[in-house]
Amino acid sequence: MSEQHAGVSAATGVAGRVIDRGHLVRVEEAGLTGMIGLRGDLSSSQMAKAVRAVTGTDVPGVLRVEAGKKGRAVWMSPDELLLLVAPAEATAGLAAAEAALEGVHAMALDLSDARVVFRLKGGAVAEVLAKGAPVDLREQAFPVGTARRTHLGGIAVGLWRLGDEDWEVVCFRSLAHHLADWLEQASVSGSEVGHF
Amino acid sequence: MLILTCPCCGAECAETELAPGGEAHLKRFGPGSGDDEFTGYLFERKNPKGVHFERWRHAFGCGKWFHAARCTVTLEVFGTYTAQVSEPPQDILDAIRARRPGWEG
Ligand SMILES: [Zn+2]
Repeated sequence: MSEQHAGVSAATGVAGRVIDRGHLVRVEEAGLTGMIGLRGDLSSSQMAKAVRAVTGTDVPGVLRVEAGKKGRAVWMSPDELLLLVAPAEATAGLAAAEAALEGVHAMALDLSDARVVFRLKGGAVAEVLAKGAPVDLREQAFPVGTARRTHLGGIAVGLWRLGDEDWEVVCFRSLAHHLADWLEQASVSGSEVGHF
Repeated sequence: MLILTCPCCGAECAETELAPGGEAHLKRFGPGSGDDEFTGYLFERKNPKGVHFERWRHAFGCGKWFHAARCTVTLEVFGTYTAQVSEPPQDILDAIRARRPGWEG
């Protein structure tokens, strides 16, 4: 990707920030991430082709995330997906998606600069997120592969669970500093609620 | 605390994830209508004590509009349903009458 992307990432003030020692979970700002927004008929064969071309996965089901070798596909709304890939793959991925969606009523956009990705790891991620999001994060209600948009720490986020102890949270770039600070405070060791 | 299940995505939404859209199933009176009709469309609301049909948007989520039927006194939710109808569907009416036998709509 271009220098433009690198500059935008640095401008958040949280690029590469890692929060771990003395905290219940490890939080890492994931740095440059290729993000492609797709809108259209999620049940169409063209959409399936686009998602497979970019991420190598199937179209995710409702409120689900699919993770493949090349990237992740997240269900955002009945007509919207967010694809996450390596930053160097964003431009080629967008071209592949546009080619797959040629001729149908759909939209593909490079949204890499729009949001910041935080990777959260550890057994207490649900415990931390539940402090600030009105979502049932118990294992049975939010198993691996679940994705949900909601608000966390007062701002709009998307959060999804890639593994037992492996989550991603995204928010708009202009609010990344706030979210990093919020995550740092909410995950301080000793602040366990012990609900889960 | 009010929790509505968004019929567009199935998420159980806290009130804070939703944007209220006011009374549902209003008929719009626009250009060409009379003053009384336009005034009614703009200002006159049922504001019932009891069963109420409302519009909501899943703002901090899938972003879609939907309808909800609930009680303004007890906050009991009878159901949520698609925004693409101009009157409540039968299953919602049935659910209301099961809980409010005397309700006449
Ligand atoms: Zn929804």
